[in-house]
Amino acid sequence: MSRRALEHIASEIGADVVETSDELGDASVTVRPSALHRTLEFCRDDPRLRCDLLLDVIGVDYPDRAERFDVIYSMRSLSTGERVRVKTRVADGEPVSTASDLWNSANWAEREVYDLYGVPFSDHPDLRRILTHHEFKGHALRKDYPIEKGQMCYVPEKLLTDEEIRFGPQLYGRTMDRSDAVVEEEEISSDYLTVNLGPSHPATHGALRIEALLDGETIIHSKSEIGYLHRCFEKESEDHTWQQIIPYTDRLNYVSALTNNVGYVLAVEKMMAIEVPERCQTIRVLVAELGRIMDHLVCVGTNLVDIGALTNFWYFFNAREHLYTVVERMCGERLTTSYTRIGGLYRDLYEGFEDELRHSLGKVEEAIGEVTALVQRNRIFMDRAVGIGAISQEDAINWGWTGPCLRATGVDYDVRKASPYGGYETYDFDIPVGENGDVYDRVLCRIEEMYQSIGIVNQAMDRLKPGPIFSEDRRVTMPPKDEVYNSIEGMMNHFKLVFEGIQVPAGEGYGFSEGANGELGFFIVSDGSGNPYRIKVRPPCFPIFSSFTELVKGHMVSDAIATLGGLNIIAGELDR
Amino acid sequence: MGVTLDEPQNYITTKLRQAVNWGRKYSLWPMPFGTACCAIEFMGVVSSFTDISRFGAELVRFSPRQSDLLIVAGTISYKQAPILKLVYEQMAEPKWVIAMGVCASSGGFYNNYGTVQGIDTLIPTDMYVAGCPPTPENLLHALVQLQEQIDREGIEAVKEKRRVPSSA
Ligand code: SF4
Repeated sequence: MSRRALEHIASEIGADVVETSDELGDASVTVRPSALHRTLEFCRDDPRLRCDLLLDVIGVDYPDRAERFDVIYSMRSLSTGERVRVKTRVADGEPVSTASDLWNSANWAEREVYDLYGVPFSDHPDLRRILTHHEFKGHALRKDYPIEKGQMCYVPEKLLTDEEIRFGPQLYGRTMDRSDAVVEEEEISSDYLTVNLGPSHPATHGALRIEALLDGETIIHSKSEIGYLHRCFEKESEDHTWQQIIPYTDRLNYVSALTNNVGYVLAVEKMMAIEVPERCQTIRVLVAELGRIMDHLVCVGTNLVDIGALTNFWYFFNAREHLYTVVERMCGERLTTSYTRIGGLYRDLYEGFEDELRHSLGKVEEAIGEVTALVQRNRIFMDRAVGIGAISQEDAINWGWTGPCLRATGVDYDVRKASPYGGYETYDFDIPVGENGDVYDRVLCRIEEMYQSIGIVNQAMDRLKPGPIFSEDRRVTMPPKDEVYNSIEGMMNHFKLVFEGIQVPAGEGYGFSEGANGELGFFIVSDGSGNPYRIKVRPPCFPIFSSFTELVKGHMVSDAIATLGGLNIIAGELDR
Repeated sequence: MGVTLDEPQNYITTKLRQAVNWGRKYSLWPMPFGTACCAIEFMGVVSSFTDISRFGAELVRFSPRQSDLLIVAGTISYKQAPILKLVYEQMAEPKWVIAMGVCASSGGFYNNYGTVQGIDTLIPTDMYVAGCPPTPENLLHALVQLQEQIDREGIEAVKEKRRVPSSA
């Protein structure tokens, strides 16, 4: 399939195509910078490709090359299932034409490349730093930037410009009827109130910041800012071996660490073409779904707290505690699990795991039942949630949404069904979808997803058969002890794995799975050494949050809070 | 009403310092400065399994003006640093700070261009809680230790200004 996509692109773009490849089944095409915009537009509009979802924009630095940077646009088509990457090479300081006029999701993604690599994008509407702070000098992901060189920030950034604050009414219009007000035109600007939310605010659940211009209680205009939890996952990963990165993946979406663990090892195993034994696969599916349940418990619980329904939070958190008990016995940690390994798992399940898990899942189901009964037809909740923060299918796709938030609009895109991995095709489950894409639908979608996940976990438990949990592949798995002691090959193998780590063959690839918030992707570039050359995470909530200011425009402040809770923005994953 | 102050059995004598500290230590109002994973574990501490209200510290306030215990739960990035300082300065005396988790205590396993290497480079810190994230019991232990520390402190309205490290 990817071959054909490449042919289409090559015949349209012609001599500007520098190189094509279909490594690991993804079409990847390199074009000259001048032809980039044309190529992207073709990929989006051509009926045979129709890449309507721009997943990510990725930068890679090759300091020894004259055209130092790779800028890669990674796309997917929801209708044809095609995955295409368009790549271009630019020298330091050479501008790339923006794609933010084609997809809204390109806006923030390009800002990130600009921030971390210093690649300028021409005609970009808002080219500012995004993850590092405004006083930061240099570009952090360039290979020559030392990892430990921190830079102090002394003054928090102002988001709204003086211009925007002073001329708000003229710029953005007015919402309230002021026909009977006796004010002079010049005085009107003082009617607009600037309100700053975050980055330390209970409703932002982490470190986000929104500055809004209010007319009464209505948001006229707002700007959001992220990066307050930028912990440099990507720089750290270039500094560690492949296995050492697993603990860092816990802390991406820390509410569903298990799901991330699984996503990361799947991506690396895809690069190395490693098969894991059946028991390992089943356990991975099981824990990934546990992670999803735990995520949705927190998300729905806190969303309801924000709307004022505190009780539900206690119900859900108690259910979560029951799951914590199982998870803690399984891997020794409640939250930051690090349970998977490349080629296997940290350790096998403990004895009595299934009974305990069934008991805990019973408690979870009980809690979900109680909460559903409390909110589903609750008048106050419906008034606060129905029609709030709604988005259409086209807009959601254009903004790069995936996961439960996209499904709440009615698009049934779920990686587990669309491109099954790890044996998901053999499980029986449904993809719940909503209709209106509002807060109400998002909550109900997540609740239904929890039921589906419980179903998958039960099926996985029924299938568990004794067997090995580690792949036999000696490139990733330690040889058994008696081989190490009694044969030179075994000893060498052991020595190399310990001292040099796993060696992923040189090349690039994109591994993706269904995270709790949507498509969780890892774009990996390896140079064949023991450390990754580049890992780019495709965090599902990054594009979702980039649309927030559009979602809340014209809504009340309290609706903005309800919307934010329903999007499930996890700062660890958003800022990495 | 029943209590008359002339009756000798209605008096207790104590030291003023002890009486004040007794009040202070059992009515800490925490403000969680939650930024990351540790904040999720903090939610666990306040919810009913471990229930922080057994120690008189359940009145979680999200306004620094109304609280006297700052619990920094999570990684502090350089971008967040000026905000943490601002929040600390907005709190009224007397005030205490708990660094929850290794990130807040020392930067944890993030030693890179984005992460502050411990909040004590920014604000004075009373308690450090180990763990990534600390278990709820671990945080409660820190709370109890802080209460013991408060018990030993003087009652001057404004605590002696501790020096903030000059790098901040
Ligand atoms: S100490 Fe660990 S759990 Fe806590 S914020 Fe840091 S990384 Fe997260």
